[in-house]
Amino acid sequence: MTPAQALRDAALAAAVAFGLFAMLVGLRTDIGPAGGLILRSRWAEVALLCGIVFAGRLAITLWAGRRALRATTGPTPFTLALQRLGRFVAPVLLALALLLPALPGIGRYELDIGILVLTYVMLGWGLNIVVGLAGLLDLGYVAFYAIGAYSYALLAQYFGLSFWICLPLAGILAAFWGVLLGFPVLRLRGDYLAIVTLAFGEIIRVVLLNWTELTGGPNGISGIPRPSFFGLPFNMSGDPDSFAGFFGLEPSPSHRIIFLYYLIFGLALLTNWVTIRLRRQPLGRAWEALREDEIACRALGINITTTKLTAFALGAMFGGFAGAFFATRQAFISPESFTFIESAIILAIVVLGGLGSQVGVAIAALVMIGGFEVFRGLDEWRMLVFGGAMVVIMVLRPRGLVGTRTPSIALGRKRAISGDLVGEGHG
Amino acid sequence: MSGHRPHRDMILEVAGLTMRFGGLTAVSQVSFAATRGEITAVIGPNGAGKTTLFNCITGFYRPTGGAIRLHRPGELPVDLHALPGHRIAQAGVARTFQNIRLFPGMTALENLLVAQHNKLMKSTGFGLGAVLGLSGYPRAEREAVELAKRWLSATNLMERADDPAGALPYGAQRRLEIARAMCTEPSLLCLDEPAAGLNPRESDELSRLLLDIRGQGTSLLLIEHDMGVVMRISDKVVVLDHGKLIADGSPAAVRADPKVIAAYLGEGDEDEEAEVVA
Repeated sequence: MTPAQALRDAALAAAVAFGLFAMLVGLRTDIGPAGGLILRSRWAEVALLCGIVFAGRLAITLWAGRRALRATTGPTPFTLALQRLGRFVAPVLLALALLLPALPGIGRYELDIGILVLTYVMLGWGLNIVVGLAGLLDLGYVAFYAIGAYSYALLAQYFGLSFWICLPLAGILAAFWGVLLGFPVLRLRGDYLAIVTLAFGEIIRVVLLNWTELTGGPNGISGIPRPSFFGLPFNMSGDPDSFAGFFGLEPSPSHRIIFLYYLIFGLALLTNWVTIRLRRQPLGRAWEALREDEIACRALGINITTTKLTAFALGAMFGGFAGAFFATRQAFISPESFTFIESAIILAIVVLGGLGSQVGVAIAALVMIGGFEVFRGLDEWRMLVFGGAMVVIMVLRPRGLVGTRTPSIALGRKRAISGDLVGEGHG
Repeated sequence: MSGHRPHRDMILEVAGLTMRFGGLTAVSQVSFAATRGEITAVIGPNGAGKTTLFNCITGFYRPTGGAIRLHRPGELPVDLHALPGHRIAQAGVARTFQNIRLFPGMTALENLLVAQHNKLMKSTGFGLGAVLGLSGYPRAEREAVELAKRWLSATNLMERADDPAGALPYGAQRRLEIARAMCTEPSLLCLDEPAAGLNPRESDELSRLLLDIRGQGTSLLLIEHDMGVVMRISDKVVVLDHGKLIADGSPAAVRADPKVIAAYLGEGDEDEEAEVVA
């Protein structure tokens, strides 16, 4: 586009902006001194807005015009730079997460946020198996989170089992429910699968809400046992059979927080480790192939049903682990913690991070959950800022923060594959 | 044409196969046999029911009537018409698609490894052993990569091994799809119009590749419109028209058959049958 064309285009955009803002911003009614309405005009503001639109449109067209001629399948320079940066991002984030409790200026509040972020990192990684790798759109992931949480709470309450026994049980139960849900729904694809999983999430929540005898209904379950350090409880007594007493430490409430932090850190790393390993193995490759082309998979002799079920069950299992952790951290759970918005947030983390990308999901969880806390000072504007930021990210990077796919194996050097070629799955 | 007696060298036996879609009979009482170690071509005008026949053989459709049997030396024949799709592939029938179906976001090598899924999966100990590092998976994977390399070089794709399949040129995608099918180590390879969209030089290369595959002991069944390719490489030609088998014999005999000539030159009958593409 020539500069003259760009100018004309920008002028047109400014004219449209004037049409919009002339009435919305330019004219305003206020209550006058006599109590009646008076008309006040604000043409300076209108001129400013039109000027911003003009300059912005001009900048966009000139910038877009400059990069109009470029191969679409190759990674963009921006992507390449991000990849180079990305090689350092993961180790730096990992080191930061590992050392967080020891860093100066990290108090209880920061650690609590850290635990929250890591919980969502883990949930994001768990859902990433289902949505990112296998390409099955699951809108009810929170159901497995709830099953994990209630499994721990009920097993601990009725049978007095310890956290370390309940944790695998919660994961197994969640995986079991994942398989149970998976059997009837995995023949569905795309939108239909999404709707059924959404319904499943709601059914679980409604059952928890109404089965008062077992789950306490809307009152939830309180007094869930806190985790112990392999049998040593965290308390302030200083007894030799408490954590602080056994190790000869000054009893401090921060011990438990730090322990919880490392617990969720370990669980999240376990999720990551299993996913990374599986991606390089036949099962993970079959998931990705399923996302790319289901019919071709069938022609190659891959059992689609069991392959989808394993993805569903594994994703659900990690959701269940996270749920059990959530229950022991909060010591109180109620159906209110497992609403659809939770599923939506986890899915947003996966989509924002880039389907199938582990680092992307971690960054997205940090940005979304951490950012949400940072913007707390903005009060009711928080949602607006937050929504705007998400829209901007998705406009600039429609395939998520990490939109490329790294091959699982290569004869030579592994080169990232542009997101344009990678399928998003059809359910 | 019915009543084939199974003979020793038969690999695929199609007996009285019928496929109806509602009121439409796409394939009607078709019987033929494919011989082990030979290239059998299925030809016919558009809408003759070739792809429907193919989809029945490879399990994408459940036939309305008739039987399809895969014969394996020293074993009982397998009833393909009663097996679900992925089982047919496991029994040793591989296929390619008329409109190429690769995994575009995965590299050529990854495509070939996905094809060896079942073999590799066994070596991982239900997927769990390999996660924990407890199984012979690394060795199995090395062997799988070797097989993939062999087919990459056979299809002249070695230097594109690490490129995403979706970024390969059209002819290379066709070849990669054949390589992928061959990586399942099938006894019968079914090709749905492998020469479609290829230029003459690429068609020649394809003919050579298919003869190569036959030379290694795999039987082939192909649908093809390119008569040059069909006549050059086929050992046997089966002709369908309006869902019925009208000729079955050597390329030379089929070419001279007046019924085949009539079907191809047309009798002013232009109604297109709804041939469902996989």
